[in-house]
Amino acid sequence: MSGVERIAAAFARAKAERRVALIPYLCAGDPDAATTAAILAAIAPSVDVIEIGIPYGDPLADGPTIAAAAQRALDGGMTIDGALALARDASREDGPPIIMFTYVNPIVQYGLERFAEAMFAAGAAGAIVPDVPLEEIGPIRSAFAPRGLALPLLVAPTTPLERAAGIAEASDGFVYLVSRLGVTSAQREPDFDWIAGRVARLRERTPKPIAVGFGIATPEHVRRVSAIADGAIVGSALIDACAGYRGDEAVARVGAFLEGLAATA
Amino acid sequence: MDAAFADAEFWAEYRALLRDFVGRPSPLMEATRYVAEPNAATLLFKREDLNHTGAHKINNTVGQGLLAQRMAKRRLIAETGAGQHGVATATIGAKLGIPVDVFMGAIDVERQSLNVYVMQLLGARVHPVTSGTQTLKDATNEAFREWAGRVEDTFYVIGSVVGAHPYPYMVREFQRIIGVEARAQVLERYERLPTDVIACVGGGSNAMGIFSGFVDDASVRLWGVEAAGHGLSSPDTAASLNAGTIGILHGSRSYVLQSAEGQVRNTHSISAGLDYPGVGPEHAFLKESGRAAYVAATDEEALAAFHRCAEREGIVPALESAHALAFAERLALERGRDGLVLVNLSGRGDKDTRHVAALESRQ
Repeated sequence: MSGVERIAAAFARAKAERRVALIPYLCAGDPDAATTAAILAAIAPSVDVIEIGIPYGDPLADGPTIAAAAQRALDGGMTIDGALALARDASREDGPPIIMFTYVNPIVQYGLERFAEAMFAAGAAGAIVPDVPLEEIGPIRSAFAPRGLALPLLVAPTTPLERAAGIAEASDGFVYLVSRLGVTSAQREPDFDWIAGRVARLRERTPKPIAVGFGIATPEHVRRVSAIADGAIVGSALIDACAGYRGDEAVARVGAFLEGLAATA
Repeated sequence: MDAAFADAEFWAEYRALLRDFVGRPSPLMEATRYVAEPNAATLLFKREDLNHTGAHKINNTVGQGLLAQRMAKRRLIAETGAGQHGVATATIGAKLGIPVDVFMGAIDVERQSLNVYVMQLLGARVHPVTSGTQTLKDATNEAFREWAGRVEDTFYVIGSVVGAHPYPYMVREFQRIIGVEARAQVLERYERLPTDVIACVGGGSNAMGIFSGFVDDASVRLWGVEAAGHGLSSPDTAASLNAGTIGILHGSRSYVLQSAEGQVRNTHSISAGLDYPGVGPEHAFLKESGRAAYVAATDEEALAAFHRCAEREGIVPALESAHALAFAERLALERGRDGLVLVNLSGRGDKDTRHVAALESRQ
C-alpha cells in the first residue's frame, strides 16, 4: 500500500472501532536517538499514526516545549538522515504509518526529490510541512505524489471557509485542523465548541478525515475531540511527559501518558 | 494594505506625520572632509540620522502604525535587535495611542539597556526573548509566534524588508521616501544624477528605500554593504548575500546564512542592527539581476569609518551606517573627481557610543 493508502486505512480502522485516531508527535533525537527509537517501538501497538519531527532550530509554528525539544535533539547531533533512519527502524507493514513533520527549509536544502526518495525508502507515509502555504506546495507535491507519499495540509482557525475547502481538497491522508490561534503548546485550553462548529462546516466540504492538533493535551481533551473529529494529534504534552528522561524511564513515562489518552479515545 | 495604498488620504496623512513628527525631508549634505583627497569623488550624505528617533526606521513605523490604525488593530508588536526599530515602533504607538509590545533577545536587552529604557519611557512593554541565540532572529521568531496567537487584534510591525509578503514590498514602499527625496535633492543641487548610491544592508530596509529612488536610472550604480563581521570566510559574519545560500527564513526565499542541512547559523556583527542571518528577498533579486552589487565591510573597517566620520564630519554615525561609510571611502577614491557618490547615513551613533567605548577599553 502507498503512504496515502496506509494513512487512509489507519483512519478507517479507528473509525470502524468507533475511536478517534490517536496521533502522537515525537521529536527525533530528543534527547537522543536511542530514546526516540525505544519510544517508537513501545508505542506502535497502541497508536494509529505517528508523527516524527525533524528538529529545526527556528520552529515558527511551535511553542517553547517543542522548540526546546528540537534544540536538545540538534545539540545531540540529530539530522534529516538520522530522523529518517528512526522512521525506517520503526516502520512496519502492520504498524501505524509514520509521517515526518518538518519545516520547509531543511528539506529544500536536502533536495525535495532526494527527501521524497529517502522517505519512501524509509517506509514513511508522508510529511507535514507547516510553513508552506497552499500556493507553494507544488514542488513538494510533485516530489511526493509519484511515490504515493501523503502531504496533509493545515487549516488555521483564521482560514476562511472557502480557502479551507480548497486546502482540504489538496490535502491528502487527512486534513490537519489547527485547534486555536497561536503555536503548539499544552498550556492553553482549546475551545471545543468552536472546534465542533469548525469541523461541522468542513465536513460539508470534504469527505477526508479531519485530525485536530495544537493544544490537545489531556485524556479529557482526547475525549472531547473523539466526539467531534477523526484524529487527535498530541505533541507538546507528550514531550512534557518525558522531557528530561532517557531510555527506559522516558519510555515508561510516554507509555503511561498515552495509556491515559487511549482510554478516552 | 492595497486599499490604503490606493487612497490618497492615507498617503497625505503619512506625509504630514513625516513632515511634522519625523522632521522630513531629511537634508542632503556634502561631506567635504571625510575623504580628504583632491582627486576623490564628491561625497554626499543623506541625513537619515537627523530623523526623529535617530534613524530611517521611523519612516516605516509611521506607515505601518497608520495602517494598523486604519485596520482598527488594538495593539502593535515589533521585534528589535539594537532597539532602534523597537524605539521607532514605541514612538508611533505613543503618538497614535496604540499599545506596543516589543520582543527583544535577552542578550540584546543587556547590550542595549538604554534603548530598553527609552521604549519603556514611551509606554511600551519590552519582552526579553530567552530562546535560541537570544538575539534578533529569535526576537523575530517570538514576535511571529505572538502574532499567530493574537492576529485578530494585533498588528505586527516588521522592521525591515523581510518576512512574508507583503512585508518586503510594504516596508520598501514606506522607505521609498528616502530615495525619492535624495534623487530630487541631488538633481537640484548638482544638476545630474549621482554616479553611485551606497547603503548598508542587514535586512536591507534603508538600502531598499534609497535604491528605489534610483533603480530605474541605469547609469546609477547601486551598492549594498553587508556586515562581514570578522571576515567573509569566518563563521562570525552576518553577510547573507556574500556568504550565504538560498533558503527560506521568516516566510521569504532569499539568501540565508545556514548549514548544509538548512539550520540557520549564528551570526556576528559589531552592529546589532546588521546581525541577522537573512536579507530582504528584493535584495536577492537585485543581486541576481546584477542591478545592485553587494560588498562587505568588517567590524574593524566599520569601526575605523565610525571614528573617521565623527572626527572629520562632526557626525557620530550608527555602526550600521559606518559599514556603508567604510566602502564609500574606497569608492570615492576609485571614482575620482567626476564621481558623485551618495551614501545613506541611515542612523546616528549615540546608541553605539557605550558599546564602542567598552570594546576599545578592552583592547
